[in-house]
Amino acid sequence: MIVEIDGVRKIYQTPEGEIGALEDITFSIEEGEFISIVGPSGCGKTTLLNIIAGLETPSGGAVRVDGTAIHGPNARIGYMPQKDQLFPWRTIWDNVTLGLEIQGKKDAEHRARVQELLMRYGLRQFAGCVPSQLSGGMRQRCALIRTLATSPRILLLDEPFSALDYQTRLSVAEDIHGIIKKEGKTAVLVTHDIAEAVSMSDRVAVLSARPGRLKRLIDQPEMRGLTPMERRDHPQFQRYFNLLWKEIDRCA
Amino acid sequence: MPDTLSRERALYLKRRVRSRRAVLAAQILLLVFLFILWELAARCKWIDAFITSSPSRILKTFENLYASGDLFRHLGVSCLETVAGFTLGTLIGTLIAVLLWWFPTLRRILDPYLVVLNSLPKTALGPIFIVWIGAGPGAIIAMTLAISLIVTILEVLHGFCSVDAGKINLMKALGASRRQTLAKLVIPANAATFVNALKVNVGLSWVGVIMGEFLVSRAGLGYLIVYGSQVFKMDLVMATVILLLIAAAGMYQGVLLLEKAIKKHLGVSA
Repeated sequence: MIVEIDGVRKIYQTPEGEIGALEDITFSIEEGEFISIVGPSGCGKTTLLNIIAGLETPSGGAVRVDGTAIHGPNARIGYMPQKDQLFPWRTIWDNVTLGLEIQGKKDAEHRARVQELLMRYGLRQFAGCVPSQLSGGMRQRCALIRTLATSPRILLLDEPFSALDYQTRLSVAEDIHGIIKKEGKTAVLVTHDIAEAVSMSDRVAVLSARPGRLKRLIDQPEMRGLTPMERRDHPQFQRYFNLLWKEIDRCA
Repeated sequence: MPDTLSRERALYLKRRVRSRRAVLAAQILLLVFLFILWELAARCKWIDAFITSSPSRILKTFENLYASGDLFRHLGVSCLETVAGFTLGTLIGTLIAVLLWWFPTLRRILDPYLVVLNSLPKTALGPIFIVWIGAGPGAIIAMTLAISLIVTILEVLHGFCSVDAGKINLMKALGASRRQTLAKLVIPANAATFVNALKVNVGLSWVGVIMGEFLVSRAGLGYLIVYGSQVFKMDLVMATVILLLIAAAGMYQGVLLLEKAIKKHLGVSA
């Protein structure tokens, strides 16, 4: 197992009082697995992701990667934010190498790797462009390459498709899923879109309404090895969709 | 793109050029008309040219000022003070804003001071500067700083604090230090803020310089205006005001050019 989430609690202190965001979340994620976290809005999905990313500290419990506890941001973990967050004053190349620049790893070896990623995912000729010249889908791919550039083992995706229109969303989900599988990464996706969760992940974690508790962990063994589009056509797709729908509905 | 423009397109382009030229012509004519009216009114004794001056007398004054070498001396002094004022104001203001961004607690402590200082009419400080620094260019530049500094700090700090939280989070997740976040995100994201601050400061600097020269100086456009009014040479006062108009507008255009260059350098952003 690669990520262990062990009894994680999060309580926010505000002048008005305490807000329980997460309560006793425990599960683990296997190497190479794609896991989605779903739940009613405000259930602490993003908080949980931020805790795994080391951006927030849990009030109790711990997150361990390869047996060592997470304290603060970590090079083993790559974080892909909502919206692409590409910097408009940087070229695509300077955007995708931002992480390397920050971590002082912009050497020939890493640069060659990023070149290869750009080429493999059809962005090579756009390296000198600025983000506004690219389509939403291409920008999202750049954001993923920026995350992959620092060679993290685990990718955390915080509703990365929420800013895209439905059409683009489907094709970008297909793209991103393909890239993540091809690179053999472990991934955690936060989403409020049930169809997206079913079509992208191996397992789905359902959180209850605030304070978020782990309600159910749904395994989708039939779906493994398929692309999101193939899953949407799979006879079991509707069954998993309904299962999740009912779980979330009962939470709210 | 087709080689030949469609008839509609050609017509549209022609109309566009024509209407732009018409507006420009009207703008120039309006100016010419006002000056002719002024001259005519003075010559026909509808107004007292001793008090209102007239374009011909202003022109004569310019000639005299130019011949004696005073024109460029006074203009140069004021321009230099203004440039020093807005450069220093923008630089020091930005520096203080960086400090306050870096230390949020310091920002919270100093916040009410900034608000109160911002509402103070800074010209009231003029006499204090004269006593402290002495009647000279130093006091004048201090005056321009007093006027532009607080506004710059507040504006730049506001820009720094409104950088997209998602981008800040991204920097954190990539393991960026505070210094890296400042250099790679906060400062470039605020290129437009700096240019805006500079634009505002050019205007404020002129106010500070003229105000300062009213109070202390032996040279500069503000000095010419005060001197002219004291000896009742309204020709000199009017000529100087027109000179001031040209200098200030020219400087503002310079900053606009700088803005264009920065935008071009940064691509489509800013």
